Amino acid sequence: MAGAKEIRSKIASIKSTQKITKAMEMVAASKMRKAQERMRAARPYADKIRTVIGHLRLANPDYRHPFLAEREAKAVGLIVISTDRGLCGSLNANVFKQTLISVREWQDKGAEVQLCVVGSKALQFFRRVRLPIAASVTHLGDRPHVASFIGTVKVMLDAYVEGRIDRLLLVNAEFVNTMSQRPQVRQLLPAETADQHGLQELWDYIYEPSAAELLEGFLTRYIESQVYQGAVENVACEMAARMVAMKSATDNAGNLIDELQLIYNKARQAAITKEISEIVGGAAAV
Amino acid sequence: MATTIHVDIVSAEGEIFSGAAAMVFVPAVMGELGIAPRHAPLLTMLKAGEIRVQTPDGEEHGFYVGGGALEIQPQRVTVLADTALRAKDLDEAAAVAAKQRAEEALRERTDQIGIAEAQAELLRAVAQIKMLERIRKLRR
Repeated sequence: MAGAKEIRSKIASIKSTQKITKAMEMVAASKMRKAQERMRAARPYADKIRTVIGHLRLANPDYRHPFLAEREAKAVGLIVISTDRGLCGSLNANVFKQTLISVREWQDKGAEVQLCVVGSKALQFFRRVRLPIAASVTHLGDRPHVASFIGTVKVMLDAYVEGRIDRLLLVNAEFVNTMSQRPQVRQLLPAETADQHGLQELWDYIYEPSAAELLEGFLTRYIESQVYQGAVENVACEMAARMVAMKSATDNAGNLIDELQLIYNKARQAAITKEISEIVGGAAAV
Repeated sequence: MATTIHVDIVSAEGEIFSGAAAMVFVPAVMGELGIAPRHAPLLTMLKAGEIRVQTPDGEEHGFYVGGGALEIQPQRVTVLADTALRAKDLDEAAAVAAKQRAEEALRERTDQIGIAEAQAELLRAVAQIKMLERIRKLRR
């Protein structure tokens, strides 16, 4: 019975892999819960700053900030958020696919594209497809901090102010629920803003010190908070995707073990039968 | 004491305070600012310091902020606190670092990494095929 021992060791190795995937599943589940909390915690700031920007747009400052002005898109900047680690299903692949689709759309319109990547998976991928990468930030961990994005975002904002890009988009995974995450593309610049609720027209803020400086400060924070929120949401997606991927890996390992066990039993039975018949044959010959 | 003003203090990483106040004091860049209900709309930046919120029942809460932005509407004060230490020079340095990271990553021999990855994937695939073949053989 040559195969039996091999099968047994194979079963043992699959079992230990299964233990690992099971553990990873549970870790991802608990991290997901925390990531979701952080996602929720980041929401008030993003909402508030969006309202303020909305007010700003409705106010009538003498000064028009370039971040608010629409201009023809000759060059486009994309901030792509991905994970640092793999083993999370098709999450990153979907985000990259969506990014490439947008990139192609802009290129067809004759616009140049520049990327800014967050997460090492995006860095690896876009390096391979040879798209120009202007800035990157990787290894943020499970708890990204706003501080980590300041530099990366500034590179893109500077490019925007200097006219090297005319549009800034953000691509990240959107957390729909535990089972599904989908890539989304949002425009950051020029800033799109929402509803005007009950504010009288023709009014303005008092600006201290000056409108230009203040707008700059607010808009920079606005973009940073959007990117931060995207990153936090992406972490929640990563954990959810990993949890699901590891669950199916664990299940598959279970099926494989069952199958191998069956084969092993058969091989063992065949060997026993063979031995018995040999003994019986031997006895008859004597 | 008929009116109050709603105060929201938020940072990008969480909500810090939300509630009604009779008076709010904030460390604005041009000097400390006292905000009473029905204040005129105002925008300003904050420097590091303490925000004091006086609630209608006379209590006072203090919050430390390292800087941030402030919006005042007649019925509403919004403090957007920074979680990160920031200054023009620091921001600049962070931007330079981000650019460098991207450049360094591009300078690495991309082809070699691609080949190594592909080889690893190939090895894994070959191992899987071998394993499948063995199972198939045993089944027969």
